[in-house]
Parts: sequence; structure tokens; C-alpha cells
Amino acid sequence: MVLELARPRPIWQIMFSTHHTDVGLLYLVFSLLAMFVGGAMAIALRVELFAPGAQLIQDAMTYNRLFTAHGTTMIFLFLLPSAAAVGNYLVPIMVRYKDMAYPKLNAIAFWMIPPAAALVWLGMADFGWYANPPYSVISAPAPAAEMWIFGLKVLGVSSILSSINFVVTILKCKHPDLSLGKVPLLAWSFLTSSIIVLAAMPTFAAALLMLLTDRLGVSGFFNPAVGGDPIAYQHLFWFTFHPEVYVLVIPAIGMMYEIIPRFSRRPIFSHSSGVAAFIILALVSFASWAHHMFATGMSFTEKTVFMVGTLAAVPASAMHVFNFLATMWNGRIKFATPMMFAVGGIALFFAAGAGGVVNTAMPLDFITHDSYWVVGHFHLFVFGTIAFGTIGFVYYLFPYITGRMYNEKWGVVHFILAFVGACITFFTQHILGLFGMPRRIYDYPEIDAWISMNQLVSVGAMIILVGMVIFLGNMIYSMAKGKPANLEDPFGLGGKYYYPFAQRNPQHGEGGY
Amino acid sequence: MAHSNWAEWIYLGVVTALLIYVGAEAWNVERIIDHAPADAEIIIVTGQQWFWTFEHEDGTKEVGELHLKKDHAYKFEVTSKDVNHDFNIPEFVVLMDAIPGRINTVWFSPNEAGEFEIQCREYCGLIHYNMRAKLYVEDV
Repeated sequence: MVLELARPRPIWQIMFSTHHTDVGLLYLVFSLLAMFVGGAMAIALRVELFAPGAQLIQDAMTYNRLFTAHGTTMIFLFLLPSAAAVGNYLVPIMVRYKDMAYPKLNAIAFWMIPPAAALVWLGMADFGWYANPPYSVISAPAPAAEMWIFGLKVLGVSSILSSINFVVTILKCKHPDLSLGKVPLLAWSFLTSSIIVLAAMPTFAAALLMLLTDRLGVSGFFNPAVGGDPIAYQHLFWFTFHPEVYVLVIPAIGMMYEIIPRFSRRPIFSHSSGVAAFIILALVSFASWAHHMFATGMSFTEKTVFMVGTLAAVPASAMHVFNFLATMWNGRIKFATPMMFAVGGIALFFAAGAGGVVNTAMPLDFITHDSYWVVGHFHLFVFGTIAFGTIGFVYYLFPYITGRMYNEKWGVVHFILAFVGACITFFTQHILGLFGMPRRIYDYPEIDAWISMNQLVSVGAMIILVGMVIFLGNMIYSMAKGKPANLEDPFGLGGKYYYPFAQRNPQHGEGGY
Repeated sequence: MAHSNWAEWIYLGVVTALLIYVGAEAWNVERIIDHAPADAEIIIVTGQQWFWTFEHEDGTKEVGELHLKKDHAYKFEVTSKDVNHDFNIPEFVVLMDAIPGRINTVWFSPNEAGEFEIQCREYCGLIHYNMRAKLYVEDV
């Protein structure tokens, strides 16, 4: 792998590079930047909700714009690019190829993201990350809505391009001696998640165009005033974005498959079971989209079908959890920061999955739907599972990228704060939802239970914030001043055996990594 | 495979059995509550930015408040005049999207007298947070 900082290069050399590790580095830096931007928005929202009445944000419109930008940023500008970062770094190495299949396409896919981010951040649309019509058609202010639509369009294309690249790299460029069954699980996770993107994303691309023409007034697909159907949009949207949940979570599980065997100093319990679970997840991810729509007036039969489709995703997820636990069983575990994040992520993944079963059980859905329960539930996935896996992996890659070690003590402090903060924030949100608090509200009436729970949630968010500031400080300080890493064994696991994927970067000439 | 994975199969069996139990139970409950009783009184609920209107069977209309009788079944026909809303009485787990151009139905029978909150649970714009109404259940 690369030593970007031990052997400094001018920044433009990295920016204009098409080498997979350079593009991976760009993805990584950009996604972490987006994480801090989106996180700052989340903190603003939590400060506002600390008590009834206006706190930090003076009007509802600003609040609505902020939660829209927060959701869009975290999903499309943090989680997707951070997964692409890890994939770019490791997939070519794992399939033993010199680069991604289409290096230029790879760089283009990355460079589509910053302009899209500019559209989203400068526009600040206000309709939530799901842009439900008819609000998004007849009521959302221009030009913010158009900018969001164009931004998402660009991000969708970028995500399709990078998925094509992963699929071709893994299927067509892998070393002839390496059978597909032997491809490491991290690469398998990118293969399955990329295939989901290719199948799911075009639907949303179409929906966005229809939304745009509706806004322009030349069509009325989703506008009931001219005979359209707003529910059609919800079907198109969730047909893409329920599978998209798996697009995000599958690479994070792949990262855990990389971390957990190394730090348990044992081979993975069952490679084939991991592959099977990825494939099953990819298939059943398309069977559950309408569980987001039980309250739109679906018939009993429709609800039943989608409940069964949703429940069908649980055994495959449970296979992953079992695989992790069985790998750790009797292992000589070293709880370095990456391992802590991976294990913490599994614990929260389990909790999130259990909450998902509650959501989809039809009568219970009508208690939790569009309440803070749902907010807590999906944050356990996106933060508790996916961001934990990703952040753990950033710690894991840190010595390879910079040639220096991060500060382990501060890493552990970061993990403890993130884990405790996540539990306080997101579990409390579940209960808040059961007390009936709706999502996406700028202000709430003075109900005692709501006030105390909102304060608890905001305190939890602050704990996460402190952890993230420590993370940022640790990264920046360690990049410049950290102890030089022993690249044969940066985590002190006791031998090269535990690091199977070291590679020279041609950019660095002979002799270097 | 070198190792035995009987433990994984047992684990998967337990998980699947639990899921089947949850799914069957949910199906059974939903099957019962899906149909409103025949004698339920119909109330037309209309959401619009940002208030609720209720129309009783006898034609009387209420805005921002709803008066109902205890232990009496009501069937709400929920619709919207502009954008999507979601009619919600959290205390009685009444929840149904109000969608323009559609009429969705949901029913309940209040078993408790008093004053309860009605709120909008689907994002509908600027004053979504305050799209509230009061439900008064009278003991007669």
C-alpha cells in the first residue's frame, strides 16, 4: 500500500492521479470531510431540540434545510464515498490486479462527487432526503430543490460508474489462479453491493427526472392535481433506497470481515457462509422496499408480502453475526481500536436488526412509523454499524496510508465515547418514538417525557461530538508526529501472517511500500 | 469445509423460528384490526398545510379539534388537500397517511375519556412541527 505522508508528493499529483490508491485516498479524505460537515449539522439539530422553543435555529425553514442536508450528506457524501475509498484501496490488491479495471473512469467517478456536494450544500433543499412529492413538486422552494435533484443525479451516475468498475475488476481482472470462491470477503462485499447498485439505482435516476419535469410543470407523474400519483414516487424511491441500505451495510460488514480475523488471530470461521450471506442479502434486499410505506394505505396482502420479504433479510444478517462471533471464539483477541470499532459495530448491528423486526411486524409499524423510533433505528445502522465499521477501518488503514501510528490511547477513548454516545442517543430515540414524537419536527410541545428524553439524546450527541473531535485531532497529529509504524506488523499481532495484503505502490518507486 | 458448522445451523434454526413466530403473530393481529366494525361512524379527516379538518356523518365540521364518544367505533376516511400528511393519535395508535387524491381508512374505538393529542407525522413543510389538533373523548 501507499505511504502518502512518509514520502510526500505534491497534492496535484494525487489529485490528478488515476492510481487506485490515490483515488481511494481522495475518496477517504472527501468522505471524512463530509462526515464532519454532516456531523456539525446533526449537532445543530440536536442543540435545537434540547428544549422546546427556538434554541440555536431561529426558524423552521432553516431547521428543515439542515436535516435534509444532514441526511443527504451522511448517506451520499460520507458513507458511499468512504466505502468506495476502502474498495479502491483494497479490491485490486485482493484480486491481485495492478489497478481498477478502468482507472480513468474511477477518477471520473470520484470527481463527480465534489460538484454534486456543492449543489447539495449550496442549495440546501428542505424536503428531507427522500423528497416526497407532492411537497417536493408543488411546495419546495426553488432553486434549492432543483440543485438537490441535479446533485443527486450526478451522485447516482458516480455511484453507477464506480460499481461497474468494481464488478469488472473483481470478475474480469482477478488473477487467473484466484477462484471466485477464494476471493476475500471484503472484495465479495464490494461485488455484491455493486451489483445491487447497478440493479437499483436506475429506478431512482428515472424518478428524479420525473420529479424534475413535474417541478417544471411539463409532466404530472407525481402531482395529484393533474392526475398523478405521489405513491408511485415512493415505490420508485424505496425500490432504490431500501437496497441502498444494504449497499451501505454490506461493505461495512466486509470491513469487519477484514478486521475481526486479523485481531482475533484466527482465520475466518466460514468463508463460504460469509459469501452465501452476502448473496442472500443482495437478493432479499429487493423484497422489502414497501415496508417503508405500510401507512400509505396498503392492502393487507401487500403489507404481508413486504413483511415476509423484510423478515427474510434477518437470517442472512444473523449468519454474518454468527460468523464474527465464531471467529472470535477461542481467538487470541487483541482489542486495538479497529477491533473495538468492529465489535462495537456488531453489537449495535444486532440491536438495529432486532429493532427492524419490530418495525416490520405490521401492527407495530403503526406505532413506530415516522416517529423518533425510526430515527433511532436507522441511525443504529448508519452510525452504529456502518460508520463504526468504516471508522474502525480508517484506524486500520492509517499506518499503511501515513506510515505512522495513530495514538492508541486516544483511539480507545474515541471508541468509548462513540459507543456510549451512540447507545445514549439512539436507544433513547427509540423510546422517544414510542412516546409518539414525530420525526422531522423543528419544535415540540412541552411534554415532560419528551423534554427529558430529548435532552438525553442531545447529551448523547455531544458525547459523540467529543469523540469525533478527538478522532480528528488524533488523525491530524499522528499524521505529522505519530510514531513511525512498523509496516511488517503495525498492530503488534506477532507476525506478517496477519497482514496478507501488502503491496508496493508504483508511484513510490523501488524499495518503498 | 474442515470445520463442522452444526452450531450455525442450530442458530439459524432458532432465528428463523423466532421470525416465523413474530411474522405469524403480526399477521394474525393485523388480520383482526384491518377491518372496521360495520357500525363504525365515519369521520372524514382532511389534512392541509397546516391544520386538520374533521367532518362528522351529520355534516358538522370541526377544525383543529375533534369530539368523540367513549367506547364507540369510528372509521376515519383520511385524505389531503395539498401535500402528504399523516393523521396520528399516538395515544390510541391511530396512524394513516393523508395523501391527496386518495382516501385511506383507519378505525379505532376510544376506551378512555379525556383530552388527547392529534398530530401530523409526515413531513409537510414549514409548520409541520405544529400541525396539531386536540381530541376530546367524552364519557356518555
